[in-house]
Amino acid sequence: MAEKIQPTGVADTSDAASLLRFENVRVTFDGDDEKPALNGVSFNVRRGETRILLGAAGSGKTVLLKTAMGLECATGGRVFLFDEDVTHKSERELFDIRAKVGMLFQESALFDSMTVAQNVAYPLLNQKAVSMPRDKMEPAVRSSLRFVELEGQMGKYPSELSGGMRRRVAIARAVVTNPPLLLYDSPTAGLDPITAHTIMALIVKERDKDNTTALVVTHRYQDGNLVANFRYNPNSGHLDPVGPDGTKTIFMVMKEGKLVFEGSQTELEANRDPYVMKFVKQPQSEAA
Amino acid sequence: MLDALKGPVKSVQDFCVLSGGALRNVFRKPHYADDILLQMETIGVGSVPIVMITGFFSGAVMAMQMGRGLQDYGQTGRTGQFVSIILVRELGPVLTAVMVAGQNSSGIASEIGSMEVTEQIDAMRALGTDPVQKLVTPRMIATAIMLPCLTILDDFIGMIGGGIMAKVLFAVPGRQYWSTVWRALAWSDVGQGLTKPFMYSFAVSLIGCYYGLRTTGGTQGVGRATTQAVVTASVLIFIMDFFIGRIFLWISQLGQ
Ligand SMILES: Nc1ncnc2c1ncn2[C@@H]1O[C@H](COP(=O)(O)OP(=O)(O)OP(=O)(O)O)[C@@H](O)[C@H]1O
Ligand SMILES: [Mg+2]
Repeated sequence: MAEKIQPTGVADTSDAASLLRFENVRVTFDGDDEKPALNGVSFNVRRGETRILLGAAGSGKTVLLKTAMGLECATGGRVFLFDEDVTHKSERELFDIRAKVGMLFQESALFDSMTVAQNVAYPLLNQKAVSMPRDKMEPAVRSSLRFVELEGQMGKYPSELSGGMRRRVAIARAVVTNPPLLLYDSPTAGLDPITAHTIMALIVKERDKDNTTALVVTHRYQDGNLVANFRYNPNSGHLDPVGPDGTKTIFMVMKEGKLVFEGSQTELEANRDPYVMKFVKQPQSEAA
Repeated sequence: MLDALKGPVKSVQDFCVLSGGALRNVFRKPHYADDILLQMETIGVGSVPIVMITGFFSGAVMAMQMGRGLQDYGQTGRTGQFVSIILVRELGPVLTAVMVAGQNSSGIASEIGSMEVTEQIDAMRALGTDPVQKLVTPRMIATAIMLPCLTILDDFIGMIGGGIMAKVLFAVPGRQYWSTVWRALAWSDVGQGLTKPFMYSFAVSLIGCYYGLRTTGGTQGVGRATTQAVVTASVLIFIMDFFIGRIFLWISQLGQ
């Protein structure tokens, strides 16, 4: 297995089960081999880890998440989800594996012909692997919406919500089946600092409540900082700071389809690559 | 030269794959009955007004022109016969299909297209549904049921329009008009008049879905997909009309 950079200085998870593994993955579009969207990407997400994926616009973050879900096909290399090779699986075979992954899409991707409640109920109704009796669905939808504090908006349509609320509904839809792995695509993009903080707090809360593994795409360093250094306190309902390396958070940086950095926050801050440094040396004023 | 053909050939191939998938899903679970009913309502009920209006005026125009021609031979009494044959065999199916394509191929393409560019199609796949099963097959079934019904409506309203014109312009008594209308129709005409819309329905729905699903490039792309869907569906309807007409002619010649 080609693991180029072994993260060090992070709480050791190397014996934990692998939930998502990329092996030298390459993705090209329309046979354009000159500029692949993903180029030789390898990494391994183990149970209990949170991965922060940083990268400029167009560096391939969304493509990476979609490839992980089997929504885009890898043209080279192999992708493993829950130790199953999904690279060449048929759509029907993929449905059962995808049911174990929750995904937040960049633009929320709520179904705009359905109400908020119907959107959140959608995975419960349509994922065959989730066999939930009908009378349990309503409470599940309710509790998922309560988690994102939108229980009062059940009957609204997505077009009647603000961008931040839509993002929260999409999170509720992603977590309603309690998947062990969550993929968040740019959860804070285009939001004001306060709303962005609310969303990131939800992600931390979800991680600490159900002990889920997550891959979070973002271009804001402070999002990663929050995930790495804060923990949800179920008693106070607030985020409390934790000591150094208290959470299993690993940072990854992408540049033009390549993974150029993988390691802990300390390593990231010590990195002298000009591209990587740009992501770290952001104005910290609006940090949590 | 071969490279120039690659694009169109690939498109036709993709379209055939989509059509094959949609047809196969008719016999495969899960079935989304709610979506079929919803689409039947959108396509059927939504198109009734335009179908009635075009039907009425096309029938009226035909009676007007036919009557004038027949006047020279003193045969205005047979206006109904011509109106009914042309409406049922040709004009009704084609006009209805083109009108429904204008309204629904575009509607389908823009709806599915916006779902594509806002990642809703990806979300569907991520959440355990096959977009072809959930979106394409219900639209295909709904159109295949509704288009023949709309064509019957169009034919009938067209005959009424023709009857009114025949009475007003050429003083053909209503009773005579309707009896010539009924007598003119053979079973093969009715068969042809219902086979055509059934076949066209696939052009209307599948072309709309095809362009919708391959939409790229944001809202602008949705606009492009919509236009392409209407144009392609309409052209395809005329081409199919020729070939289906040809086949029926051949069958009728065989019978003789
Ligand atoms: N469906 C597609 N067809 C063709 N090219 C694509 C497609 N999707 C993505 N790409 C290309 O792949 C590259 C990576 O895109 P991607 O959406 O992953 O960027 P990103 O890192 O998510 O950027 P952003 O931060 O703006 O969301 C881009 O150059 C893009 O043009
Ligand atoms: Mg993106």
